[in-house]
Amino acid sequence: MSVPLPVFVAIPLVTAFLLPLFSEKRRFGATLLANIATGALLVGAIASIGQSGVYRVGKWPIPLGINLVLDGFSGLLILTVSVVSFAAMLFSADYMERYTAKPKYLSLFLLMVTGMNGVVLSGDIFNLFVFLEIASIASYALVGFGCGHEELEASFKYMVLGSIASMFILFGIGLVYGNTGSLNMAYISQAIAGRGLNRGLLFALGLFVAGFGLKAALVPFHAWLPDAHPSAPAPISAMLSGVLIKALGVYALIRVVFNVFGITIQLGWVLLILGVLSMVAGGFLAIGQLDIKRLMAYSSISQLGYVVMGIGLGGLIIAEGGNPAWAKLAILGGLFHLINHAVYKSLLFLTSGSVEFSTGTRRMDQMGGLSKVLPITRATCTIASASIAGVPPFSGFWSKLILLIAAVQAGFVWLGAIIVFVAVLTLIMYLKVQRYVFLGELPENLQGVEEKRGSMTFAMVLLAYFCVLMGLLLLVPGLKATVLDPAVDVLVGGLSYSSRIIAMP
Amino acid sequence: MLYAMCFFLFVIGLYCALVKKNMVKIVIGIMIMEYSVNLFLVMLGYRAGGVAPIVGKDEFDAVSGMVKSSFVNSSVDPLPQALVLTAIVISLGSLALMISICIRTYEKYGTFDITQIRRLKG
Repeated sequence: MSVPLPVFVAIPLVTAFLLPLFSEKRRFGATLLANIATGALLVGAIASIGQSGVYRVGKWPIPLGINLVLDGFSGLLILTVSVVSFAAMLFSADYMERYTAKPKYLSLFLLMVTGMNGVVLSGDIFNLFVFLEIASIASYALVGFGCGHEELEASFKYMVLGSIASMFILFGIGLVYGNTGSLNMAYISQAIAGRGLNRGLLFALGLFVAGFGLKAALVPFHAWLPDAHPSAPAPISAMLSGVLIKALGVYALIRVVFNVFGITIQLGWVLLILGVLSMVAGGFLAIGQLDIKRLMAYSSISQLGYVVMGIGLGGLIIAEGGNPAWAKLAILGGLFHLINHAVYKSLLFLTSGSVEFSTGTRRMDQMGGLSKVLPITRATCTIASASIAGVPPFSGFWSKLILLIAAVQAGFVWLGAIIVFVAVLTLIMYLKVQRYVFLGELPENLQGVEEKRGSMTFAMVLLAYFCVLMGLLLLVPGLKATVLDPAVDVLVGGLSYSSRIIAMP
Repeated sequence: MLYAMCFFLFVIGLYCALVKKNMVKIVIGIMIMEYSVNLFLVMLGYRAGGVAPIVGKDEFDAVSGMVKSSFVNSSVDPLPQALVLTAIVISLGSLALMISICIRTYEKYGTFDITQIRRLKG
């Protein structure tokens, strides 16, 4: 059974516009409706695993109208977005009870999901920009949702840098349209393959790298992330760190570089260097933090570096004409790390939300001994920490192992050393979280705290199961062939993207 | 030359957004960037002495039923105009949000100066 592609955009969009009609007193109905919407998206995403297809909006033929494309890479991202948004929405049901205007929050949340699904599915570069802006504007509003001093400051900073990034991207789209005469990504790609890159297109490529790099918070474009992600409510932090920076930043950047412009040696190096810088700088900045969510936000930068580094390494090997098996391995590692990071980082932010919900603080030095009073939070946080630090057999171990093997096999031994070094840094920072938050003596003022059971713990346990079982995605050959391999093939295939889209029925 | 002026406007907006200390001026800088990009998009489709791309009955070729090539060769490109309309609507949305956040921040901090709005560090 194949799901019509506009459903992924239409369900959250329609629900988002229905939700503000609920008054403050009918919060329960609004929450239920929003959860049904994310549940339906999850069902749709699972039903379309392994599918591919093109949907022409309004039945216009491809270069004239907008088209939505589902292939292996976008299918992987749709699945990740759906899983994380389902869990975060469940978590919101209880967590957001302390805030006013909950229906408006749910509406913004679903608008953000709409934008991400649209970006991932779009086959038209201007349409991609429109959905990118829908998701970005919703996320600016959500970061400032608490309307406190810090939230507003973070939201403004995020919005200024995000708007500059959007303008870079729009300028780049204008340049691409002026030089190729098309907005359809498949046709742009054909035009570039036919005529080669001129100066205008090179400039556009630079604007895309800067713009999408800002959205993805790669070092040196990372300044907004450690402010914005901790200031948002916990489920939104989980969405921002878990999927937003990947869908708007990494996915769009990789799609444009690999499938539209075509990977070159220089571009491969640019991605590789950006990735390595993010890994190392993010890791060092994270270790010193005492605010639990700020530490996790910096570690997001570091982990996202792994993803970009792996995919950049794969692209570099392809462009240099090296062994395609190593290139495939590196890209597989990057993509697998992307979905792993989406799951465990959103779980970590949800546990930090649960800790904050119970204790009322985010300062790790004011906590301690919480393992006695928050047992489920403790258990899930430990699983997620073990995953992110790469302890076998949890999910993060497998993706880091693949990246390490790929780097060493391709002759980048120094890169392998950096991968191991940053993994050790990650282990240290999450041991610090465990030590400060859950072990030791329970302070006087936290004696009476209780864990909030119900939808919050259910969401955390659900994601913890994913963390434990994600390794199977790699070890069971059938699952790997249906979920991961098609995504790798899309990237390895490079410019053959355009001919496949045009040939698709 | 016009393109260079347009790019110059973009750089002015970027400079304003990155260097100015007043929140409202930063917002104005971002808006200047948006206008310069919109101007750039409109200029892409412009053709000196072109006609409006509105296809009436007279523009169809009687024999083939297609739009006459003389019309296609003299009309301006309508697509960038559609893009600019969309981009203006989007920038209106983000401008409204930015201004409202500026106002809320002013209520909290009593200043628009970003050097004094610094609680987040590290």
